Amino acid sequence: MTTMTLEPPRLVRTKPLLEIRDVSRSYGEVRALHKVSATAYPGEVLGIVGESGSGKSTLLRMMNLEELPDSGSYHLDLPDTPGDLFELDRFARRMLCATRIGIVYQNPHLGLLMKHSSSGNVAERLLIAGERRFGVLREKAREALSASEFPLERLDAPPIELSGGMQQRVQLAKAIALEPALLLLDEPTTGLDVSVQALLLDTLKRLQQERKITMVIVSHDLGVIRTLADRVMVMRRGEVVEVGLADQVFQDPQHPYTQQLVHAKL
Amino acid sequence: MSLSDLAKPWAAMSYGFLDASAKRELRRKMVKAVAVPGCQMPYASREVPMARGWGTGGLQVSLTLINPKSVVKVIDQGADDSVNAASIRRFLARVSGAMTTTDTLTASLIQSRHRIPEEKLSDNQVLVLQVPNPEPLRPVQPNMSIARQMHADADYSRMWLQLYEQIVCSGRVMQGASYPSLVNGRHVMTPSPIPRWDVPKLHMAEHLTILSAGREKRLFAVPPFTRVEPLVFDDVPFQVEDHADLSCYRSGARGFFMNEIPQDDGTSQYELSDSEYGVKTIRDREGDPVRFGETWYKNGKFS
Ligand SMILES: Nc1ncnc2c1ncn2[C@@H]1O[C@H](COP(=O)(O)OP(=O)(O)OP(=O)(O)O)[C@@H](O)[C@H]1O
Ligand SMILES: [Mg+2]
Repeated sequence: MTTMTLEPPRLVRTKPLLEIRDVSRSYGEVRALHKVSATAYPGEVLGIVGESGSGKSTLLRMMNLEELPDSGSYHLDLPDTPGDLFELDRFARRMLCATRIGIVYQNPHLGLLMKHSSSGNVAERLLIAGERRFGVLREKAREALSASEFPLERLDAPPIELSGGMQQRVQLAKAIALEPALLLLDEPTTGLDVSVQALLLDTLKRLQQERKITMVIVSHDLGVIRTLADRVMVMRRGEVVEVGLADQVFQDPQHPYTQQLVHAKL
Repeated sequence: MSLSDLAKPWAAMSYGFLDASAKRELRRKMVKAVAVPGCQMPYASREVPMARGWGTGGLQVSLTLINPKSVVKVIDQGADDSVNAASIRRFLARVSGAMTTTDTLTASLIQSRHRIPEEKLSDNQVLVLQVPNPEPLRPVQPNMSIARQMHADADYSRMWLQLYEQIVCSGRVMQGASYPSLVNGRHVMTPSPIPRWDVPKLHMAEHLTILSAGREKRLFAVPPFTRVEPLVFDDVPFQVEDHADLSCYRSGARGFFMNEIPQDDGTSQYELSDSEYGVKTIRDREGDPVRFGETWYKNGKFS
């Protein structure tokens, strides 16, 4: 009898879209990340789990090129973006981040202009990319909001007047407006009630299937990761303790911390 | 030789009020500002015998540029005869010996608040505009360090977003005065609180414009023949105020920027904002010999 190979051939043959290597970052005494490496393949959903303070959001900020690490390298397999992205100048980083990467923050206040209209929040992305036609801005903002299943009658309501779930949908619309190659989600469903959470997960799943966007989703909720992720990375105290296919990690966790995590959930 | 031989003889006051080092500072910054059109240059702002916010920035530039052959005109909201305009004009003349005028055509140095004259300026004239707030990004980015970075990156998407928001919320662009404009295709400036009506006058103009904010200690320039383009969406055209069909109740002139004077019965009367142009029109009607310059607007249309 032949033994089953755990890594599907797809992962062996394709080049990863995202490759981050040996990234370390300290804030004074706090070691937020220590030699973290991660890969994500085109069209794949990479889940990151770990306890609070394990450096998940910090890693995502680095992937979004908002912040630079103390050491490490970052490659995205995209046309016109060769080399280590951490070496790019501020302007090139900003343009890349605005046009090729979308992010949904844990805290909507970080990602949204609370007093501008919701459609304006989405339009800002298009404006950064150089769109100067009002009609097109409006149409594309509407499309993106409708793709993230935002109630279109609230198109021009400012996020401050919206519910938490709707705010996350505005963030999502903003993130996907330019059809990014990489979508980063930092605890997109935290703080939402279970039914709203389920609806948002449905939207994410549908978007992922329709558009084949590569996603990195951070959550400390294993249920969320289990529904969405193809592969899982487990972090603890700024280090990666385990990486593997989602099913594999959840059914047969190797590291004691992962075992604890999975069993606590069950 | 003693030290006093080397020193200049004592005088109660420098020519043009400002001391030589203050003028050098302003000259250097003006040269820089001309070299990078629309880019704000910080400068060491001096005290002048006037409160900050009353045109001290413009006054310092005028004091630096003035010479005994200058002919000075000072405008406040279009009028030559307001208290502020009259006292600045008198002060400039007193400390420099320069001549003064109210005629746009004969002036060589024009300091103005809120307006650009209706008659075209030419290449031997300098327009100095008083600016209260030189930073166009302030409404969208209160942190000035980040705003400076945005200028460096030519990242003006937030300015466009502001226009987007105005159209969405009010159905049209609400920005009236200080309409943000792109200078020489690179820097966005706020052209002091001049009305939209005056913004096209800066585009490819023959004269040099220097805009200076004394309290904020920044100046910037629109050199002659420089592109000044108001920020607009490709499909929402820029519009100046609807004044083309109004006529002045005193002079009868039509097709220029007007001041609205509300009446007791709820209606409004209109009066030419450029008071000197109004005076010329009236004198012309009464048969006095008057020389009119070419105007930027003809029959209410910009030409
Ligand atoms: N800007 C910062 N300044 C100082 N310390 C920081 C900063 N950002 C993160 N840290 C620290 O780095 C560590 C990792 O933080 P991070 O936000 O990445 O955790 P997390 O895994 O996202 O946690 P949570 O699940 O609670 O969101 C924490 O100890 C945090 O205090
Ligand atoms: Mg976090």
